Amino acid sequence: MKINLALAQFNTQLGNVQANLQKHLDLIDQAVAQNVDLMIFPELSLTGYALQDLAIPSAIRPHQKDPVFYALLEASQKLDLMVGFVHEDQRHKFYIAAAYLAGGRIIHIHNKVYLPTYGMFDEGRFFAPGDAIRAFKTRFGKVGMLICEDFWHASPPYLLWLDGADILLFQSASPGRGLNQDPRLSSSAWVEHTNRAYAGLFTNFVAHANRVGYEDGLNFWGGSTIFDPNGDLVVRAPDFEPALTVAEIDLNQLHRSRARLPLLRDERTALVLRELERIQGAA
Amino acid sequence: MIDLTINTDLATKIITGFIKSELNRMGFKKALMGVSGGIDSALSLYFSAMALGPENVLAVRMPYKTSPPETLEDAQTMIDALGVQSMTIEITDMVDPLINLHEDMTKLRAGNIMARMRMIVLYDQSVAFNGLVMGTSNKTEMLLGYSTVYGDSAAALQPIGDLFKTQVRQLARALGVPEQVIQKAPSADLWIGQTDEGELGFTYADVDKLLYLLVDQRYRPEDCVKEGFNKDFVDRVLGLMRKNHFKRVMPPIAKLSQRTIGYDFLYLRDWGT
Repeated sequence: MKINLALAQFNTQLGNVQANLQKHLDLIDQAVAQNVDLMIFPELSLTGYALQDLAIPSAIRPHQKDPVFYALLEASQKLDLMVGFVHEDQRHKFYIAAAYLAGGRIIHIHNKVYLPTYGMFDEGRFFAPGDAIRAFKTRFGKVGMLICEDFWHASPPYLLWLDGADILLFQSASPGRGLNQDPRLSSSAWVEHTNRAYAGLFTNFVAHANRVGYEDGLNFWGGSTIFDPNGDLVVRAPDFEPALTVAEIDLNQLHRSRARLPLLRDERTALVLRELERIQGAA
Repeated sequence: MIDLTINTDLATKIITGFIKSELNRMGFKKALMGVSGGIDSALSLYFSAMALGPENVLAVRMPYKTSPPETLEDAQTMIDALGVQSMTIEITDMVDPLINLHEDMTKLRAGNIMARMRMIVLYDQSVAFNGLVMGTSNKTEMLLGYSTVYGDSAAALQPIGDLFKTQVRQLARALGVPEQVIQKAPSADLWIGQTDEGELGFTYADVDKLLYLLVDQRYRPEDCVKEGFNKDFVDRVLGLMRKNHFKRVMPPIAKLSQRTIGYDFLYLRDWGT
């Protein structure tokens, strides 16, 4: 099975959900014209990233009647979508979240588990941490979604892999940092390095959408990528420039890679669990 | 080996993008800045011309009667090379009445008066030109507090504020800033013969390496001494950083209510744009 994947690398307006929704719909139109099957937007694509006190008025309770979700759910009749938003739950906790929409339905919502609250980051001050990492079924097989800091930790991609995800969908709003002599920022190089590693270590597809633009002095570096189950680069969007990057991926590559390299077959989850319990007990 | 070398193409890409994006988000297309003939304002001027187009940039020369004529000439050379708009407003007649008002006037006070008068001239031209004042401060002088608060530190954007002086020199060379501007001894030009390095008592090349370890690489002071930096030098630099922190932050507000600007009323400047 071959599918067309699109990475929507774009800039947002900070706290202006309506303006950002319109950008989503415009980009979706462009993707539909290119026969895209699955389209991935960056982290907090409906709101912008450094929201601070704008987090609360930007929040959405995701259901059919919400006007923003209604428009996106309508669009999801034409192609599957992964979007980023501020999720307000039933008890009014606010999360950085990703929603997977397909066929007019909300298929899955992932609440960001790891909220960076150090250095320039202050997410834990404004948001509640998610508490679940689950793969879910789509018409392309099982997939898993993670948001930025979630995949700076090794365990969430690992859990999704064991939970059945053959395609890892990553979204981020990654502020560029670490200027040195290299032609790319050290943050860009690091994220691409780890994404390639996950693809190779898990013999999985790894698709990553990162935003561009600026918020005050922060720059967002783009460079969205897809890696295949051999860890080879399928496509890379340009650094710093907005781009709708479309690439065909061949899901049969999973068969070929795992026939050659049966890392998933040989993974010893019982051993991992036993050792984790021992480590937890010792602590 | 401490190497502060940066990729100048990448730095240029990020900084020019920053200038254009943030200026536009604030509803402006044009920028202006004081151009002294020194390297910092030169670099800020080159970046602004690249980001906005030279026709949208105004270079303002604001000499005092003691300013060396070659600084004016160097500024003119760059104005001509870039094709930016320019004007010259001498500040002597504006500042001398205040300077001469007090018999106990010191050169530090007079220097600060000049720096703040240049700020007034720029913010006045900001309205006339319908542009924002572009900052010219680098990371080294911001960390050391080597600036006049509400004088040269006043600006709408700080495009080169995360570059050490050493990196400013590297970038200036890469962008084609005239060599005599790069080679010139850095000076705030607040009195005749003043140089930054003479006043500070150390060179930018040395202090940049120390600041890189202390700030960027999070070395402990004692680890910097182990790396070969003189302990008195490390202590002096740490003291300057701490003592001048007030120049880097907004004045604290006495908190009384449930929600106070700066503490729990938090928005980026790009709010809603």
